[in-house]
Amino acid sequence: MSVVELLVPNRRPDIRGGPTAPWPGGHGDRRTRRVLLVLLAVALAVVAAFMLLGVRGSWAFALELRATKVAAMVVVAAAVGTSTVLFQTITTNRILTPSIMGFDALYVLIQSAAVYWLGGLEVSRVRPEVRFAVETAAMVGFALVLHRLLFGSTGRDLHAVVLAGVVCGTLFASGSDLVGRLIDPNEFVVLADRLFASVNTVREELLALSAVVVAGGAGLAWRGRRQLDVVALGRETALGLGVDHRRVVTAQLVLVAVLVAVPTALVGPVTFLGLLTANLARQLTGTSRHAVVLPAATLLGVIALVGGQLVLERLLGFGTALGIVVNLVGGLYFLVLLMKEGRR
Amino acid sequence: MTGPLVTGPVVTGLLRSPDRRSAGWTVPIGVGLLATATVASMAIGVSDLDVAGLVRADPDALRLLLVSRLPRAVAILLAGAGAGVAGMIMQHLARNRFVAPSTAGTIESAGLGIVVATLAFTGASLMVKMVVAVAFAMAGTAILLALLRRLELRDTLMIPLVGLLFGGVVRSVATFLAYRLDLLQSLGAWTNGDFSGVLRGRYELLWLVAGAVLLAYLWADRFTVAGMGEEMATNLGLSHRRVVATGLFVVAAVTGIVVVVVGAIPFLGLVVPNLVSLWRGDNLRSSLPLVALCGAGFVLVCDVIGRVVRYPYEIPVGTVVGVVGSVVFLALVLRRPVRVGG
Repeated sequence: MSVVELLVPNRRPDIRGGPTAPWPGGHGDRRTRRVLLVLLAVALAVVAAFMLLGVRGSWAFALELRATKVAAMVVVAAAVGTSTVLFQTITTNRILTPSIMGFDALYVLIQSAAVYWLGGLEVSRVRPEVRFAVETAAMVGFALVLHRLLFGSTGRDLHAVVLAGVVCGTLFASGSDLVGRLIDPNEFVVLADRLFASVNTVREELLALSAVVVAGGAGLAWRGRRQLDVVALGRETALGLGVDHRRVVTAQLVLVAVLVAVPTALVGPVTFLGLLTANLARQLTGTSRHAVVLPAATLLGVIALVGGQLVLERLLGFGTALGIVVNLVGGLYFLVLLMKEGRR
Repeated sequence: MTGPLVTGPVVTGLLRSPDRRSAGWTVPIGVGLLATATVASMAIGVSDLDVAGLVRADPDALRLLLVSRLPRAVAILLAGAGAGVAGMIMQHLARNRFVAPSTAGTIESAGLGIVVATLAFTGASLMVKMVVAVAFAMAGTAILLALLRRLELRDTLMIPLVGLLFGGVVRSVATFLAYRLDLLQSLGAWTNGDFSGVLRGRYELLWLVAGAVLLAYLWADRFTVAGMGEEMATNLGLSHRRVVATGLFVVAAVTGIVVVVVGAIPFLGLVVPNLVSLWRGDNLRSSLPLVALCGAGFVLVCDVIGRVVRYPYEIPVGTVVGVVGSVVFLALVLRRPVRVGG
């Protein structure tokens, strides 16, 4: 599949079939299975290297610390990969990701707004589970409204939708900055404490909760994988094939909103990770079947995050700059691919 | 002869534009409104501006006016007008309505230039930073335009998306450099535009923007023709390459100077020209003054909002413009089918 095909919004993706004939192969398709196995092996190798390389002093301490980091990165990879693939399927669009649409900025905005209206003390007194539930509910509500606005009326120019999505990202980012400035400086400390997380400062109680949420979300996505394959063909085709398009899209959108909250709360925004992993997953496996793409995207996310952190920490001796580097590498990768295509 | 672009007076320079008569009234009215709003905005601030004192030439009132209020108002007007004009020219050169300094990596390149200047010349003066920032903005935008030409993307929205990606890459290079070398604070200075630091002696570079805008106006017809495409422009006896280079210089100069002096103002170059284009069409000669007026007015209003919302504290104008600008733009995109391309 060429990159331009990959990039250009696909109204009817993959019916033509690439060199690997995506559809008829079924689960037995040997190439996709081989790719998945290789990805799994690489992911395991990277995780092992991250856990074992360069330990000085107490092994027990180092292993526990690193295990927490790896767990956080795996949870983030699964959340970002799954949410991006789902989002791209229900919008039948390969460029938009929840991050580019500003969903994580929206999450930050909701957090800021909560501190602004309720006060920092009130907010930190609420139990984390309740808070997570309320924030996620707000996210879901917003996501549904946004989806209705952008994708609701049929026949709206797809281009306009993409652009509106990107503009939404700026709106939410500026909005949370605005609210952040309205907040009392003392209360802003409460907010900053919750927003500027990184891989190195993962909080364990949040990690357990996130792992449960992501596992549940990924499980639901996996259960709906066949319906998703049909939804990816577009609304009319899906309806024609007997799938309740509206219901599936709404359900999956709720799932996306829930999954987006997790990485933002855990490690802060990683904008280009989803774009990179979802598209790479489709390209490497040569298929759009969700049974393949969902695990492949997750594995690629693990490789990118853990591998990136490994290179940064052990080889280059840098600290917490992973998000910056992921954005840099992700963006560069995309531009290089585009250039290659253009030269042909 | 198809399309509204070709029917204007630009081709011969002799025909009267169908909208010139009404445009003749719009500009003076706009100038009047803007002047009134500017005077009103100068009265807003933590310390009261004593009008009676001004009339009596009271030194305190005069100093407040001349050192703080007047420079700020001038800076706002120049930055707003410049950013609007830069966006308009860019949209013509790229032949795409969604290309602007904020969607083509120009602002980010200028920011990278500031970081590099701070690194290379310790304690660099504003002037040095400006020169480096303008050079970087120009190089970054030229690279993007070359990239786009090579890609020959059919899809008009791919262009701003590639531009946004490119901007993201440049921004992360700048962030990475700043992060490694403990310069994150200097990064904060350009990522969000803010007029609160504008005082006499710290904004005069912005007058160069006025020069660039004037140059843009003098060359308006050429930019309009260049916006019709390379073949058409060459056919009409224009050196397409030279016009594009000049346009690029104007855009980079305006963006670089504004970023150095006040910081990035998002979406201005995107929203204002699009609104004016919807209203007045694509003839730069008649729409550039309006773009300049509307850009200045838009920033002025946003600045006043930023000063009033949290009085006596201030919210940076970049934040206010980000919120207001993106809402306006969303309304624009969602309310009607936008005619993409240009």
